Amino acid sequence: MRRPTPPMFRSLLIANRGEIARRIGTVARSMGLRTIAVYSDADAQAPFVKEADQAVRLGPAPPKDSYLNVEALVRAAKESGAEAVHPGYGFVSESAEFARACTDAGVIFVGPPPEAMARMKDKAQARALAAGAGVPVVPGSDGVVADVRGASEAAERIGFPVLVKAAGGGGGIGMAVAASLPELEKAFRACADRARAAFGRDAVYLERYFPAPRHIEVQILGDQRGHLLHVLERECSVQRRHQKVVEEAGSPLFLGGSNSGLLQRMTGAALAAARTFGYANAGTVEFLVSDGEFFFIEMNARLQVEHPVTELTTGVDLIGWQLRIASGERLTLEQQSIRRDGHALEFRIYAEDPVRFLPSPGRLATFRPPEGEGVRVDAGYAEGDVVTPYYDPLLAKLIVRGKSRPEAIQRAEGALERFRIEGLKSNVPLHLRIVRDSAFQEGALDTHFLERHAKP
Amino acid sequence: MDVPAHITGTVWKVEVSVGQKVAAGEVLVILESMKMEMPVEAPEAGTVKEIRCQPSQAVNEGDVLVVLAP
Repeated sequence: MRRPTPPMFRSLLIANRGEIARRIGTVARSMGLRTIAVYSDADAQAPFVKEADQAVRLGPAPPKDSYLNVEALVRAAKESGAEAVHPGYGFVSESAEFARACTDAGVIFVGPPPEAMARMKDKAQARALAAGAGVPVVPGSDGVVADVRGASEAAERIGFPVLVKAAGGGGGIGMAVAASLPELEKAFRACADRARAAFGRDAVYLERYFPAPRHIEVQILGDQRGHLLHVLERECSVQRRHQKVVEEAGSPLFLGGSNSGLLQRMTGAALAAARTFGYANAGTVEFLVSDGEFFFIEMNARLQVEHPVTELTTGVDLIGWQLRIASGERLTLEQQSIRRDGHALEFRIYAEDPVRFLPSPGRLATFRPPEGEGVRVDAGYAEGDVVTPYYDPLLAKLIVRGKSRPEAIQRAEGALERFRIEGLKSNVPLHLRIVRDSAFQEGALDTHFLERHAKP
Repeated sequence: MDVPAHITGTVWKVEVSVGQKVAAGEVLVILESMKMEMPVEAPEAGTVKEIRCQPSQAVNEGDVLVVLAP
């Protein structure tokens, strides 16, 4: 029997800032909702605050006092009478604690169930759950290796090259690549020594190393009644410091129907992972792809920065569906109706030096985003605004759609040439080098692309 | 020798104290800006003569953070 659909909530607090707060606000108001912005002292005059129907101050500029302050956020929701909260991405968007605090306060959290969030947050647990659901994970030693012999046995099983990693810490400390047994012996000793010096324990483990993987992810959408579907893939291989710089839909790997078997296996694995996590609402399953194989990295329990390239090429309104699903509505889309039409690219416009990637806060003396056929700009700032050092350097997202990838690239080049930013350094020149790079134009991408290409 | 901030941000950590001998490339101060930690290193070897910043202080690009004596 069909359960009746409850009425849509009437008001939404947006627990975020910048371009995504603005975008969620625009979508929510177009659906007739009253929007409530929250802001730190650094953002009191920001466009997302001015455009909201109501705005509540959270506290001082540092994130821990404002956008990460669960208590202040929940208080703002209660005092403003918000019926629901959308967390955007970053900040509290993947915090099961915040989701529970909202629910406890009688406010709808726009996102997956808190239990699903907790399952995805712990990387080792997420990996084990995914593997249990038949999803390929990066082959590894399954725990620490005690000595060179143990490492050799594990490496033979995993296959060379392998990455030797310190179990005690992060930040890449001690990491070493080995392509053969003699190299492994050296790498094992070096990594164990560095690990002992840095973390006080010399435990190391092994993982298969991929010299030039692609980062390809699958968009998931599901309702609270278990209807789950995928909204095809995005490629996000152009990265710097493990942060995405350019994203696109679809992946050049699958253009013109090529590698369709691989895509089918990936979307199937993404659905299996989402199901095993008990997922509902919008989420993304990230994979490494190398030589026709793919491996689960993680599932992100939130809207992605790069969701617009999916929206523009499938016509699926991801934020609109997030709100409807959170209110208890059924997801009425069916898998067979999800089709790609055209190609879209997203360029993250950062306030940073386009050569050394150093942050560049300052005042936007000039800020004139381009307009044109197939061009959309989601900007968090307006001309004259001050970009402070407290938050991430994203100024805007330039999203360009074309009938084909070459047309999208051509339109993007024109749009980037017309983008006027003065008063601080932006990475627009880097994006221009990327779209003019022949390897990028050919779609020959991997996560080390920027280390070799688009140099000044 | 004056060692300036190479970015605008806030001081996260001061890694040295007055009178300490430092080698070229040693981290003096760690700045934080736009969710990134950026170390400020000694351009050459010397002794820390003066520290002109403290944790959580906002600094502009070019502000002197540490003064080194040869």
